[in-house]
Amino acid sequence: MSDETTTGLNHRKLLMWVFLGSDCMFFASLIGTYLIYKGSGVPHPGPVDVFDIPTTSVSTFVLLMSSMSMVFAYAYLVRDNIKAFRIWMISTMIMGATFLGFQVFEFSEFYFHHDLSPQTNLFGTTFYALTGTHGLHVTVGVIWLGIIFYSSLFRNTVTSKTNLDLDLAALYWHFVDIVWIVIFAVVYLFGTFTGFSAS
Amino acid sequence: MSADIKKHSNHIDESHSHPEPLTYFKVAMALIFLTALEVMVFYFEWLGYGIIPVLAFLSIGKFAIVVMYYMHLKFDSKLFTYVFLAALMLATVVILWLMALFGWFF
Repeated sequence: MSDETTTGLNHRKLLMWVFLGSDCMFFASLIGTYLIYKGSGVPHPGPVDVFDIPTTSVSTFVLLMSSMSMVFAYAYLVRDNIKAFRIWMISTMIMGATFLGFQVFEFSEFYFHHDLSPQTNLFGTTFYALTGTHGLHVTVGVIWLGIIFYSSLFRNTVTSKTNLDLDLAALYWHFVDIVWIVIFAVVYLFGTFTGFSAS
Repeated sequence: MSADIKKHSNHIDESHSHPEPLTYFKVAMALIFLTALEVMVFYFEWLGYGIIPVLAFLSIGKFAIVVMYYMHLKFDSKLFTYVFLAALMLATVVILWLMALFGWFF
């Protein structure tokens, strides 16, 4: 990296890492709140009653694959292969939208078949707050990638020379992926294990 | 000089410092394997409380792989790693502290 800045690093990229660090804190507060309140108050419906691990495993798989697709898009842009870059970008967006579809399906199942709303109990409140915030992050990511794709297709402004724009979007996308890795383990897998609660 | 900075600020030539697509594919396969292992372990009821450290280890592994390879921290400046790790450690302490305050460990 040869940018002439005070740190020797590109400041936009440094700022993105600072932002991701602050977002870590944001999600930590939501995960912490979920953990301490999920077993409090009205006990049913709880995690054991509503979670469907096979379905969530598939949506996790889709999000992990979208991360692979994202790095492929970046790798091909750096190599000036715009056609391949666009294919992998579309693929990433489709997988991101599919993940959101899974989340909408899951929320509607919980709401209509298990009577779990954010007002039902503290588990519902903290669960919807945490996963809803993550879903919002994925939505922002899909829109961001859509804007880059549009710029590539109709304005020809996305090239290997401007790869930092995609690099920043990719960092955000992978961050959303790692947050889900934590949520999948802590909320879904640990959540349905009865021994995982406050003493 | 400021014009030069502006000119170069949107361009980073990292084509030689980043892995090949085949490496990314291998990383994706490792992530799928670890996720499958996680789900499999979840159904091992005989593990009892042992499931917690096993799942935590697998999740931390997946997290580290994505951050190192897909987010390029393994290949980028160490400053990015320090910035992110500092926030990550603080976030972990916040979660553990909240859990302790609400009677998880005592």
